[in-house]
Amino acid sequence: MAVDIDLHCQNLVRRFGSHTAVNRVSLEIPAGSFFSILGPSGCGKTTLLRLLAGFDRPDSGDIMIRGRRMNDVPPNHRPVNMVFQHLALFPTMSVGDNIAYGLKRRKVAAAERRRRIAEVLEQVGLAGMETRFPQQLSGGQRQRVALARCLVLKPTLLLLDEPLGALDLKLRDQMKVELKNLQKAFGTTFVYITHDQSEALVMSDRVAVMRDGCFDQVASPEALYREPATPFVASFVGDNNRFGGTLLAKEGELAQVALANGHTVSGRLAGSSQHSPLTTGDRVDLFIRPESLMLGTPAKGHCTLTAQVRTTLFDGANSRVEVEAAGERGYVRLPQDGSVSAPQEGSSVTLAWDPQLARVFASEAS
Amino acid sequence: MRSTSRLSLWLLLTPFALWILLLVLLPHVQMLRVSFQVRESWDTLAFGVDQYRNFFTESYYWRTFLRTGVMSLFTTLITLLIAFPVAWYIARLARGRAKGWLFLACLVPFWASELVRTYGWMILLRESGLFSAGLQALGWVDGPVEMLYNDAAVIIGLVYNGLLFMVVPLVTTLEGMDDNLVEAGYDLGGGHATVMREIVVPWAMPGIVSGCIVVFMLTLGSYLTPILMGGKDSAWFTGQIFTQFITRFNWEQGAALGVLLLVLSSLIVWLGLKLTGQSLRKVMG
Amino acid sequence: MIRSVPRSRWFNGLYLAYLVAFFLYLALPLLVTAAFAFNDAPFPSLPWKGATLDWFIADGSDERTGFFHDDSLLAALWVSAKIAFWVTLISVALGCGNAVLFERLDFRGKEILYLLLLLPLVIPGVILGVSILVFYSGMANEASRAWAVELDLFRPGTPLVVMGQVSFITTLSTLVIAARLRKFDPQLEEAALNLGATPVIAWFTVTLPWLLPAILGAAAMAFLMSFENFNTTVMLTGSDTPLTVALFNRLREGSTPVLNAAALVLMVASALLAALVMRRGSGNSA
Repeated sequence: MAVDIDLHCQNLVRRFGSHTAVNRVSLEIPAGSFFSILGPSGCGKTTLLRLLAGFDRPDSGDIMIRGRRMNDVPPNHRPVNMVFQHLALFPTMSVGDNIAYGLKRRKVAAAERRRRIAEVLEQVGLAGMETRFPQQLSGGQRQRVALARCLVLKPTLLLLDEPLGALDLKLRDQMKVELKNLQKAFGTTFVYITHDQSEALVMSDRVAVMRDGCFDQVASPEALYREPATPFVASFVGDNNRFGGTLLAKEGELAQVALANGHTVSGRLAGSSQHSPLTTGDRVDLFIRPESLMLGTPAKGHCTLTAQVRTTLFDGANSRVEVEAAGERGYVRLPQDGSVSAPQEGSSVTLAWDPQLARVFASEAS
Repeated sequence: MRSTSRLSLWLLLTPFALWILLLVLLPHVQMLRVSFQVRESWDTLAFGVDQYRNFFTESYYWRTFLRTGVMSLFTTLITLLIAFPVAWYIARLARGRAKGWLFLACLVPFWASELVRTYGWMILLRESGLFSAGLQALGWVDGPVEMLYNDAAVIIGLVYNGLLFMVVPLVTTLEGMDDNLVEAGYDLGGGHATVMREIVVPWAMPGIVSGCIVVFMLTLGSYLTPILMGGKDSAWFTGQIFTQFITRFNWEQGAALGVLLLVLSSLIVWLGLKLTGQSLRKVMG
Repeated sequence: MIRSVPRSRWFNGLYLAYLVAFFLYLALPLLVTAAFAFNDAPFPSLPWKGATLDWFIADGSDERTGFFHDDSLLAALWVSAKIAFWVTLISVALGCGNAVLFERLDFRGKEILYLLLLLPLVIPGVILGVSILVFYSGMANEASRAWAVELDLFRPGTPLVVMGQVSFITTLSTLVIAARLRKFDPQLEEAALNLGATPVIAWFTVTLPWLLPAILGAAAMAFLMSFENFNTTVMLTGSDTPLTVALFNRLREGSTPVLNAAALVLMVASALLAALVMRRGSGNSA
């Protein structure tokens, strides 16, 4: 093996009654990487994390950390630490005592303990805060204490359960960057779960998109965004427009799609086109991102679609035009560099895109 | 893991079961049994309803019984009316430090026992007491006035005893109410009375019911205040139970009276909960 | 009615007057009781004859015996303290167990058992005393008659008083501790396990410190309630009478300023205890 594998899971299953929360999940996380599990609430990501931490046991499957089987190891003996959703800082202890907690359990001598606490606080940018109490800290400071409390133990694996959820937007953006930097600085393997795709995309080396207890796709953030493997990933990761229709013809890796209003548009077949099981006449969905849609005169080779402008949503660099086309609602990104002026409400516009940037999937019955 | 949780369940369930069985359930079952025992001679017992027949034929018993019940309800109502504005002020109008001090001031009298509180009222109300002396000094009356040993005095004392137990639950529930609720009530065109009736009282209902139950139970079961402050004809039912047990050694009759008091209190608490649509768990737990 | 809704001036004035009257009503009996403990007269009533400490410290030489030299009251005080000690210990221990049982564990019939837990709150104190008297004293009588075995433990006396008070004070201490435990985030215990603690260590280092203010509060409450209880106690007491019963018996003979002195000592002691617990509580939550 070229790289060490810190966490290896094989066919993990966890059922609650008739509901399967985690369904045959397998994954491998290389040492020192930032791995995110992204999914909507109720997809089983928290259950998966609790299996890794040892607060719950899998019905079948194996959890291996650095090659050691963990299934029967109680949570207090696993080389795994966790940053909880609500941080779970001990309110009856000072910051110093919170961080000392794990060290005391390992019988680290008092002098050594003090040295390591001071060191880790320095690293997370809270030097000298030992005697404060968690209630006296700001949200961002509490995050850092929760991290320091785990990192001081030098775990093989650090699990993070949506710890940024409670922060306001600005602080959250700030903490995203900071978390990534801290992960790089410590070199610890992070397993981060979140329902916020932007958190996952910004911080991670690899992201697993989870749905109904299964992984839909495991890939780098960019691959996830550009080459979604399933329609769920296409619509869940980043903004996307979806147009439903039927497959007219396949031309190499491109597909011709007839939309509900009779218009014909084209896009690239998802996956490798040779093995595409789609045949002419199948129900398909075409996904095209708002930034790939262009207003105005189409370039050569682009396909077009007429749409009605409903309204313009100004949001700085993220401004969009809401349109209706082929009976579906869609969004077009409106560049704010002055190259395109906002269209009149109710007017007709032509949307154009490079078929290579659109993705065509078999329609999911849902 | 499953076996350890079973073990801890049994470890915790056992002391609870011992307590509730040995100190609450079994003694009450035995009291019920004794109340149906009829002593025929010194060592023979039969079962019968003699004690209960006594209760209904002796007008002294059931008159006191009714009197105790009615006066307890009346005391509860007055306590609620007196306590509500105070609780409202503490919960919604007082701020910061004043709030804490006022709340504390409501608790202070209850650092003294019921006996001390009753004793204080006796010093104030009796013929040689402070109020009588004050009225004489003002020249409003010619001679000493006896204000103790009547029903009004008993109710003053009982209300005093109950106030804390009314104020605390009221403050707790009223504090949880959002000012916006009341503001919305006015904003949508309600007057004082409407807002009170439609918004405040329904919101405070768990606190009201909880306070009323506790005050009613305390009043119904109180002994010191009615005995020490009441007059010759203001007997209290607990006094009769006491007499049967301590002075007459008639346990069977005493047990029967005890069962009747328990039935009355349970019935009224149950009715109160039913009428207000609350559950015991919600208002007490 | 609330701050943001304007009120008329006369309404405000009336409201204020009502509040003043209310707090006067609360304070008056206690102030009067305390004041007459210092009146230099053999009967606690006006006129004021000057201040004295006789009712606390007189040693009987001058026809006056102060509270601190009144052997029977002091003996009763000691009995009360013993009872309160045991009641506090037992009811807080039971309360801790019950709180964990109802807040942290799930089992069949929990709802019904919870109602049983609340039951003592809706039983008048006299009845609790009577039923325990009938059950245990009756048992002692039966044992004596049938087998000539003397179960003195179950005769009216200190043990029976302790049992009677524990029967309802346990419910109150359970509710106080359970309310605190309900606010405890179970994730804190998981965090402790995650940081390497065993379940037992997690309980002692994380859960118990969190519960401590409630446990101390419950203990102070239990102690005061036991000390001041009359209704249950009077049914179960034997020859060694606790203080409230002794004071009651004394009061029936006629009031003397010694009673005022005893009452004042009790009030001050309770206030100190309450203040101590509150200080600790607020110091901990800061």
